[in-house]
Amino acid sequence: MSDYSVSARNLSKKFGHGHHAVQAVDGVSFDVKKGELFGLIGPDGAGKTTLFRLLTSLMVPDSGTAVVEGFDTVKDYRQIRRIIGYMPGRFSLYQDLSVEENLKFFATLFGSTVAKSYDAIKPIYRYLEPFKKRMAGRLSGGMKQKLALCCALVHAPKVLFLDEPTTGVDPVSRKEFWEMLGTLQDQGISIVASTPYMNEAVRCHRIAFVQDGKISECDTPENIRRKFPHAILAVRSRDAFSLLQDLRKFPEAHSCYSFGNYQHLYLHSEGGADGSAARLQEYLEGKGHQDIRIEPIEASIEDCFMLRMNKEGGDYGDV
Amino acid sequence: MGRKVLKYLLEKEFKQNLRNPIMLPLIIVLPLIQLVVLPFAATYEIRNVEMVIVDNDHSAFSRDLEQKIASSGYFKTRYHAPTYQEAVSYIENGDAGVILEIRSSQVFLSVDAVDGTQASIVEAYLNGIIQDYAARTLQEKQPTRIQTTAQMRFNPFLDYQTYMVPGILAMLLTLVGGILAALNISGERELGTLEQINVSPVRKSDYLLGKLIPFWIMGLLITLIGLGIAWLLYGLTPRGSLPTLLLFATIYNIGFTGFGLFLSSVSKSQQQAMFVAFFFLLIFFLMGGLFTPVSSMPHWAQYIVYLNPTWYLIDAMRLIILKGSGFAQLLDQFYAILSFAVFFNFLALITFRKTAK
Repeated sequence: MSDYSVSARNLSKKFGHGHHAVQAVDGVSFDVKKGELFGLIGPDGAGKTTLFRLLTSLMVPDSGTAVVEGFDTVKDYRQIRRIIGYMPGRFSLYQDLSVEENLKFFATLFGSTVAKSYDAIKPIYRYLEPFKKRMAGRLSGGMKQKLALCCALVHAPKVLFLDEPTTGVDPVSRKEFWEMLGTLQDQGISIVASTPYMNEAVRCHRIAFVQDGKISECDTPENIRRKFPHAILAVRSRDAFSLLQDLRKFPEAHSCYSFGNYQHLYLHSEGGADGSAARLQEYLEGKGHQDIRIEPIEASIEDCFMLRMNKEGGDYGDV
Repeated sequence: MGRKVLKYLLEKEFKQNLRNPIMLPLIIVLPLIQLVVLPFAATYEIRNVEMVIVDNDHSAFSRDLEQKIASSGYFKTRYHAPTYQEAVSYIENGDAGVILEIRSSQVFLSVDAVDGTQASIVEAYLNGIIQDYAARTLQEKQPTRIQTTAQMRFNPFLDYQTYMVPGILAMLLTLVGGILAALNISGERELGTLEQINVSPVRKSDYLLGKLIPFWIMGLLITLIGLGIAWLLYGLTPRGSLPTLLLFATIYNIGFTGFGLFLSSVSKSQQQAMFVAFFFLLIFFLMGGLFTPVSSMPHWAQYIVYLNPTWYLIDAMRLIILKGSGFAQLLDQFYAILSFAVFFNFLALITFRKTAK
């Protein structure tokens, strides 16, 4: 058996026919190492959920193969269903069963008991224990998501698939959730999670950018940031809107995006950010901007993501 | 492992159904309302038909006939018109349903036949009354004729309520299986819980059985409650054996639950499952002899009725409850219902997929 927990080779899945056909997953290949926390990052509609369905044996691919813990997702789907935990994007537990009953139900479905896997779920279940008699439908968003994670873990799976587990959850619960995933990894569980939040992406060991059904880049967050091809200047002035317009017209600009109060300007020239900063200062003053602040910064994952997503002739791409 | 999973699947279904605030009232109120309201409302007896009388005769004979008609209780004779033309305006305005024109030796009837069934029944009633009247008054002058006497068996007073009750029980069983089951799996699909079930190693036969059994128990409960209500309201008790009746109810109910499960596993949403279920159930009811007798349908329609599971059950229920038929006399219906049950559940089993293509 290989060191990989999940291996996908040229996975493809198309929906619809003729003109209405959508290639949801298009020749995707990647590997997830044992005990790794692997992130799938991509915009809505990139094909992340379909990819999860293919990997969890809920859907048969048109072509390509996927192997989970040595089992083929099409041929050995029975074995796969015993060893994986899946948390779909939408909260999908029984709203009219209590926290305890939901857990017991999913444990029984997988031929396990809550007592048997209590140790594994304890770090998460301790948050829920005070509400164990409460109906799942009456839990807060963060609690629901913890319960869903518990239910996905209750049969001690080897691989955990989490489809946007933190969407619609408050920032504190999101942070807690990712910390919990950290403790799960200490137990040796491989985790594949998708997220639209960049600050969560950096918590993964490796991430893959998913776009239009393809994986455009797959590496550690650190390497991805290091490979960012442009020098970046974070720029701020009093009039943010006209600043963005003017920055895009700056001769050395490759492209420019808003990040909160700052505009991130990606420069054509590599390395020479200092000289560019001085030239930019002059250029902006000439355009009548006030309170100008320019700082050279390191690329964040979000910078890499923005550049990726808009590479193929995006609306705000090359100026 | 299978048995333990099934047990917990059942436990979960019961918990959910008992917690559903409308489920218990539904089981009791649904049969109650259907059995109280429908037999009276959906009756073929025509009463209180407004009549316009055009009396050209002005004789003791005509007044006598009018009184006779009024005393039958089926007609109201408050409108009178001097001519036929004026009488027609009553019908045109919708105030009256029939014109009776009396001439010296003849009686003419004009019936508003927008509702064809009502028109023919009105005509038959009036004919009966007039014939009877003529026979009595002209008795001496008439030569003797052969008299036919009809004896009504099994339902001696041609009681329409008694006739309706078994049909309504059949309808309730159809609703529990067809509609509730159709809503169930499609509801789980919409909620997303089905995906969780699919990704688990649970066998689909276990999952489907876990759905089938609760609906079967619910169907039996509704049948028993319905029979109790029929006894309290109409003093109607099954003449045939209760176990035979429950056997038919069981097989039919399992069949229709399979039908509902089939619909919900091929539908994308609850709404879609609901619409398709309604489409079929309406056809099953209307062509099942619940309201209109199958024998009066055109020939081609009668062939379709052979494919209607509801017809077999309504027929069997009536025979058991009203006629006291035993199992040996109901073999045709039994095999028909059994075949449908096997067919629908087979469909449910092959269309319910844990993996999407």
